[in-house]
Amino acid sequence: MIRAENVYKSFDENEVLKDISITFEAGKTNLIIGRSGAGKTVFLKLLVGLMQPTKGKIWYSDVDFTSLGKKEVRQIRMDVGMLFQGSALFDSLTTEENIRFPLDMFTNMTSKEKRQQVDKVLERVNLEGSNDKYPSEISGGMQKRVGIARSIVLNPKYLFCDEPNSGLDPKTALLIDELIKDITYENNITTVINTHDMNSVMGIGDNIALLYMGQLVWTGNKSEVMGSDNELLQSFIFASPFLQRLRDAALNKG
Amino acid sequence: MDFILRAPKRLLFHFGRYLLLMRNAFNRPEKWSMYWKEILRQMDDIGIGSIVIVVLISVFMGAVAAIQFIYQLDGQLIPKYYIGYIVRDLAIIESAPTITCLVLAGKVGSNMAAEIGGMRQKEHIDAMEIMGVNTAGYLIMPKVVAALVVIPMLVVFSAFVAILGGYIASVGSGELTGGEYLRGTRSFFLPNNVNMMFVKSLVFAFLLTTVSCYKGYFVKGGSVELGEASTQAVVYSNILILLADYIIAVILTG
Ligand SMILES: Nc1ncnc2c1ncn2[C@@H]1O[C@H](COP(=O)(O)OP(=O)(O)OP(=O)(O)O)[C@@H](O)[C@H]1O
Ligand SMILES: [Mg+2]
Repeated sequence: MIRAENVYKSFDENEVLKDISITFEAGKTNLIIGRSGAGKTVFLKLLVGLMQPTKGKIWYSDVDFTSLGKKEVRQIRMDVGMLFQGSALFDSLTTEENIRFPLDMFTNMTSKEKRQQVDKVLERVNLEGSNDKYPSEISGGMQKRVGIARSIVLNPKYLFCDEPNSGLDPKTALLIDELIKDITYENNITTVINTHDMNSVMGIGDNIALLYMGQLVWTGNKSEVMGSDNELLQSFIFASPFLQRLRDAALNKG
Repeated sequence: MDFILRAPKRLLFHFGRYLLLMRNAFNRPEKWSMYWKEILRQMDDIGIGSIVIVVLISVFMGAVAAIQFIYQLDGQLIPKYYIGYIVRDLAIIESAPTITCLVLAGKVGSNMAAEIGGMRQKEHIDAMEIMGVNTAGYLIMPKVVAALVVIPMLVVFSAFVAILGGYIASVGSGELTGGEYLRGTRSFFLPNNVNMMFVKSLVFAFLLTTVSCYKGYFVKGGSVELGEASTQAVVYSNILILLADYIIAVILTG
């Protein structure tokens, strides 16, 4: 469980996040949605401590994350996996070396055990046999999957994904969503996902929070999305004329 | 009034941040084997990668010094073999440590700043932080250690090559025989000068790696800023090397 409590973030004069309070549950896919520039990435970085909030607190279970020293933060991060918006794979290392990096750094596994663990997560993301490819030699979608593999290789308790399926075709996007959902349920992970993909919202939105210009304007789950009369939510979801027409047609019938 | 205080304020800010970074860099490694691997890689990079340029520069340094002194001492009542002695001490005290390190700041320093800066911009550093890695330690300490081992070796090598360069030039000029030159290189030898050479090369190696890593580690923005950081790494390293050269000279010859 992770909780943000009255979190604010400004860059100089620019107030990017205003008074955000929200709880992310374990074993659930928690989605943060919002338009480009709404502050999703900044919020995720606050949650993992890559940026410090201007005001407010962040709790991991009952530990105040914002008050911890460097060593304690690192201790918590042993349990954290993160998929970056741009994957952030180490480009001079192969797929296998990327995924093995956390194992090399933090475990005393034998090379055989590491190899097995790498193969296991590679299989989990449907990338068997790509061990020796460099990030520049695989597609964007494959990079995302390697990123996911790397972030789950140490069996995290918390998983953060910044737009896991942006820039992917709908089918691959769906696969990645399913993958994240399954991993979350299987290991009872507290998963937080940034997205503006409506398919993800309707597909894996156990808990959904809408950010609008740095403010939290709506929370709910995927079955509450359609019925909501929150204007900001409606205008976010029915941004495309195609969906608007579908909705209007449905309303006219009904 | 404000603008007068700005420069010292900035200097203090950078100095403080540099000290903090160094404190984090020289923490206990998470895993010695990973650091060790990185140290070896860096030693190879710095050492093998710089031999050719060190040889080139040193040969000419020695040769130019010899020709210059032959010219200056021409017609004076100073024995010819003094040329060997002068070239040797010039190489050991000044040109081998200082010029080699100035050149290495341009080659190794800019490279380190660009490598670390690129990792910062591509979020590789963030990705490592999320895993729980002490990035200041893992990215900086092996480079500094490798430099402290390899650069003094390069400096010794440079001194030998410079003396050889002096030999070639002297004998080539026909002004003195090889025997005379060698007699010079074996006269008036002060072991303390060799100590000074080692002190200088250690101090310079530390300065050029840490300053360059500092510049790279805190880079922001994009490729323009990366280029600037890499240039500044060289400029600041060079200034600090010359400043340290002066201070060491005052202290160790006083
Ligand atoms: N390091 C920073 N310095 C200054 N301003 C920043 C910084 N990072 C983000 N911002 C600002 O914060 C705001 C929110 O950015 P953020 O990256 O969180 O958006 P986002 O919701 O993730 O958008 P997208 O969907 O496009 O990724 C933007 O207006 C941006 O200009
Ligand atoms: Mg973003």
